[in-house]
Amino acid sequence: MALAAPLSSGFGIWNPLLWLLVFVISLIIAYAVWRSGFSGYRKGTGRGRSYLSGNEEPAGGDVHIRAGNLYWGFTEGIKGYYQQVVPLHTGIMTDNLLWIFWVAGVLLVIVMVI
Amino acid sequence: MISEFIIQNAPALLIAVPLLGAFLSPLIGRISRDVRALWVLAIITLTTLLGLLVAYLVYTGGTLIYVFGAAAPTLSIPMDSGGIPIRIILTLDALSALMVIMTVTVGFSVILYSLSSDSRRSGLEAYYTLFLLLIASVLGMFTTGDLFNFFVFLEISSLAAAGLVAYKVEKGKAVEAGLKFLMVSAIGGVFFLLATGILYGQYNALNIAMLASMIQWTPLDKLALVLIIVALAAKCGSVPMHYWTPDAYSMAPAAVTAMLVVVSQASLYGLFRFCFTLYGLTLTYAVIGWTLITLGVLSMVVGVTMAIPQKDIKRLMAYHSISQTGYMLLGVGVGLAVLGDQALLSSYGFTAIEGGIFHIFNNALYKGLLFLTAGAVILRIGTSDMNRMGGLGHNMKWTMILFIIGALAIAGIPPFNGFASKFLIYESVFAFNPILSIIAMVVSILTLASFVKVFHSVFMGPRLPEYADVKEAPASLLIGMAILSGLVIITGLFPEFFVQHLIAPAAHALADQSGYLAAVLGGA
Repeated sequence: MALAAPLSSGFGIWNPLLWLLVFVISLIIAYAVWRSGFSGYRKGTGRGRSYLSGNEEPAGGDVHIRAGNLYWGFTEGIKGYYQQVVPLHTGIMTDNLLWIFWVAGVLLVIVMVI
Repeated sequence: MISEFIIQNAPALLIAVPLLGAFLSPLIGRISRDVRALWVLAIITLTTLLGLLVAYLVYTGGTLIYVFGAAAPTLSIPMDSGGIPIRIILTLDALSALMVIMTVTVGFSVILYSLSSDSRRSGLEAYYTLFLLLIASVLGMFTTGDLFNFFVFLEISSLAAAGLVAYKVEKGKAVEAGLKFLMVSAIGGVFFLLATGILYGQYNALNIAMLASMIQWTPLDKLALVLIIVALAAKCGSVPMHYWTPDAYSMAPAAVTAMLVVVSQASLYGLFRFCFTLYGLTLTYAVIGWTLITLGVLSMVVGVTMAIPQKDIKRLMAYHSISQTGYMLLGVGVGLAVLGDQALLSSYGFTAIEGGIFHIFNNALYKGLLFLTAGAVILRIGTSDMNRMGGLGHNMKWTMILFIIGALAIAGIPPFNGFASKFLIYESVFAFNPILSIIAMVVSILTLASFVKVFHSVFMGPRLPEYADVKEAPASLLIGMAILSGLVIITGLFPEFFVQHLIAPAAHALADQSGYLAAVLGGA
């Protein structure tokens, strides 16, 4: 039983096995709901095809949303932040090294003063 | 008789075996590629067994001392040395043992993976020499009880890792990344050597325990600590000294990148080891604790926000490595910030340290796994550009499943191991400062969002015509990844078992400076 003991943080506990049990029960319920559905579906009859306002479904490569188009809204929403942070990543080695010396200097002042 | 010899000399053999393997690898490679592959596999298997043996000895018998050249391996202070431990001493407590377990586990998996993924490359004699040298140096960093030897192993790891990062050349891009890594490492190495010299000049000793027993927090001691923190924080890729990380991680072969995660953790280990064991309560723990926390929060936030817009899969994962390092700095930083207050330490500080250490262990597993899955995809389709990927889940089902396990673990989704360590960090840090805990949770959500992007753009969508014939990753790659994913699941399902038997003793070893000193200096 020691193997299955819940993890305690001193403020709360976490029991992954209990979570897993709930997850499995949820899956069984979901399966039961699925089983109770209409069973007349037949593969290859066109019932599973997308309906795009009567237009032909484009080829695979054309409908796949590529990585560059994902989270555009997120990055646009915090554009100001990215405008500050991205230019710092110059990729120039001397800039990178300068940051190390800056941190060393600031930390030295803090540690010596406080 | 042989078993007794091995047990008695296991700490030394743990470093000697991969070193021997490294230097004989080019020679054996002259026979044939297959013989070299068998040799490398045999060396990493033996190293793994030795690592597990050493960890077993530490966890069952307490701190292990190994003194080179002494009449007895545990005789740390010779009779005629004036009470100073003058020889090279390996000191393995529970924290070192945990790190050794992590290193040999990941090392074994990535070598297994690499034997297949990199088998057709040229220059393999240098590749495996550097790889085994890297593993030996990291094991040395975890086991040494000497400041100067830590520097030596740090340098070996830097040189080996830089060579491995540059290995693919990639029209000079990989060489540039290797050079950047080498320069940052060189500056870090100089800082660390300077700190070692300052401490040696003052206290006439290099042994960590001996120095810890004499250290006084003079201005020179403060300078030495600043140099050590900056050197090791830069080496572990903490913001704002992280700029080398995306280049190095994305340009190195996938197996090397997975091992670079462990190399970064070794620097983090050094950072924590020197703050807690070398300086302990002599330093202004609140200031240094908050320094680590600040570096941690910056790393978490900048790492994850820079990861989201990335289009190169390995570069994206590299930024997540920075972000995950932030969690470790945050957890252990909170523990350090309350080190002098026994009530707060007992209330949440110790749990925060446990969370940070558990996260180091977990991160090495799932981050290694994620880099290996990325490597498997790149191996099959020949690009790391996610804009050119899609629908690979149709052809690479096992790789996709293993990726999902790693992605859910890094995002802290139950019941995987990332959640267990983050749970300890969230709850303990919340008691220290709720805002920090909320930031950590938001970063987790953004991590999930970022890996949903990777999952969608790489594996989801219709089968793309250009990848219609792509095959699943080779079996040995899948085995290497499966070992890590199995461990991710096991540590996630039974976290208390691991915390109780591995993590808590490691956290105690870190926080208990007097125990470390007694183990080394009491061995005369």
